[in-house]
Amino acid sequence: MEFYFGLAQIIGIHVILGLSAYVLMLTGQLSLAQAGFFAIGAYSAGILTVLFQFHIVPALIIASLVAGLFAFLIGFPALRVRGLMLVVATIAFSEVVRLFFFNLSWRKTIDGIEAGPDSTNGFREIRFFAANGWEPYQVTLFVWLFVALVMFLIWWSDRARSGAVLRAVGEDELAAHSVGINITAVKVAAMTAGGMIAGIGGALYAHTATYVDHLTFTILLGTFAIAYPILGGLRSVFGTLLAVVLIQGVLVEGLRALGDWRNILFGVIIILTMNLKPGGLFDTQTVQALRKGLAFRDKGAPNA
Amino acid sequence: MLELKGVTKRFGGVQAVNGLDISVAENEIFGLIGPNGSGKSTTVNLICGIYPVTAGEIVFNGKNLAGLPPHKRLRAGIARTFQNIRLFPNLTVWQNLLVARNSMEDVHSQSFLARWLGETRHTRGEIESILEFSDLADKADDLASNLAFGEQRRLELARAAAAKPRLLLLDEPAAGMNREEVQDLIHRVRGLRDSGITILLVEHVMQLVMNVTDRICVINFGQKIAQGTPDEIQNHSAVQEAYFGTTAGDPD
Repeated sequence: MEFYFGLAQIIGIHVILGLSAYVLMLTGQLSLAQAGFFAIGAYSAGILTVLFQFHIVPALIIASLVAGLFAFLIGFPALRVRGLMLVVATIAFSEVVRLFFFNLSWRKTIDGIEAGPDSTNGFREIRFFAANGWEPYQVTLFVWLFVALVMFLIWWSDRARSGAVLRAVGEDELAAHSVGINITAVKVAAMTAGGMIAGIGGALYAHTATYVDHLTFTILLGTFAIAYPILGGLRSVFGTLLAVVLIQGVLVEGLRALGDWRNILFGVIIILTMNLKPGGLFDTQTVQALRKGLAFRDKGAPNA
Repeated sequence: MLELKGVTKRFGGVQAVNGLDISVAENEIFGLIGPNGSGKSTTVNLICGIYPVTAGEIVFNGKNLAGLPPHKRLRAGIARTFQNIRLFPNLTVWQNLLVARNSMEDVHSQSFLARWLGETRHTRGEIESILEFSDLADKADDLASNLAFGEQRRLELARAAAAKPRLLLLDEPAAGMNREEVQDLIHRVRGLRDSGITILLVEHVMQLVMNVTDRICVINFGQKIAQGTPDEIQNHSAVQEAYFGTTAGDPD
């Protein structure tokens, strides 16, 4: 049972990570900086609960704001470039963040034990949940509460004018600019929102794992962040959820027997998706087919 | 209401627009014509702020537009359509119009958050009337990419109108249209003018230009070669030379 709670937590956290990239991808930007924002959220929240004895909720909110602030600040210079150059710039940012935490040492003695980020040895004492007697199911619920919150907020704003504006910028920047949309403001807003969401994911990750070090936040994590929306499609937030369940649930855990061969499978799935279903698994056709299927069942139900 | 004073645009060594003076009066339909590559589209792009001018100035309602980015020019009242249709293909017709509501009036009548998220009854009513005017009312929930060519052209015009402009720049709106569609477009352009919008029309299709414009300016190689009413322009020798390569008096 413990194992399934752990898996559910990982899936939830990766959904949040994927959605942080999803928001920015709606505006047509591909960012590999999400691992960096995730790291900022993880370390900030960990430092607050461990070194300053914060409760998890305020620590999480502050961590999200800190990550969002960094996203806002790098949003202006980073979004002056686009396409491949933006990918390179965001990789660079992500690496700077990782190497900062690689070097960060901030040790304090708390309750007779020395704790805090210890550069290359990582940050090992993030025990808020255990120290406060949270059961695994409570932790899982707590993680999924935020997953639901983030999913709901994105789903809801996507139905309003804001979603159309983000997507308009993603579809045709010049046309969007010409109908009066302030492109820079929209992109920086999306970057900031993405940073805040990744910060929440990082904060939750640090506390469920109880241990983080710089190697958690490599390019691979940033690649996962954009792989989920690519695989799931940008039609709906549920696409990202589906993609995370597929990759983390089926591929990484379900096929554990395959060992390191799974990494090859991961690459193959991404390549196949981009070629066979460029809109993602959960694209317009799939949604329409699903709707038709449901409508058919509804019609059939009274007679059955 | 719109004045171009000695507007010049250079791309590297190419002089796309060269010392162009144009003055468009309130509520007129002003035609800008010229052969391919004469600088018409560049002029539109300069007016709506996609390129900065190399020299000269563009004055709109007494205000110099230098340095204003496109979204601020739209807020000031200048909207445009594109020569090659540029809709948001994966948004619905309704969403295409909803995102275009960035006029000064819309921006100031609602709070930032309400505008970002909401769709008031007032907004809905205005979009519905634009859809009605554009004969797209039954297509509101269709994706723009699923529309027929003529419908896409109408949506482009509707989207520009949704921004409630005072000056509308139409960049070859009749490109690829058949005679009936052009006739339909003539009615729409007149309708927009009658609702109080000034129109600058860049066009090749003479059926449209000669029928709707009040005045026409002809440019070639980025310079003005003639200006006048449609009748005057039709009989102008410099214009015929620019289009056909010979003067009217040439033998053969």
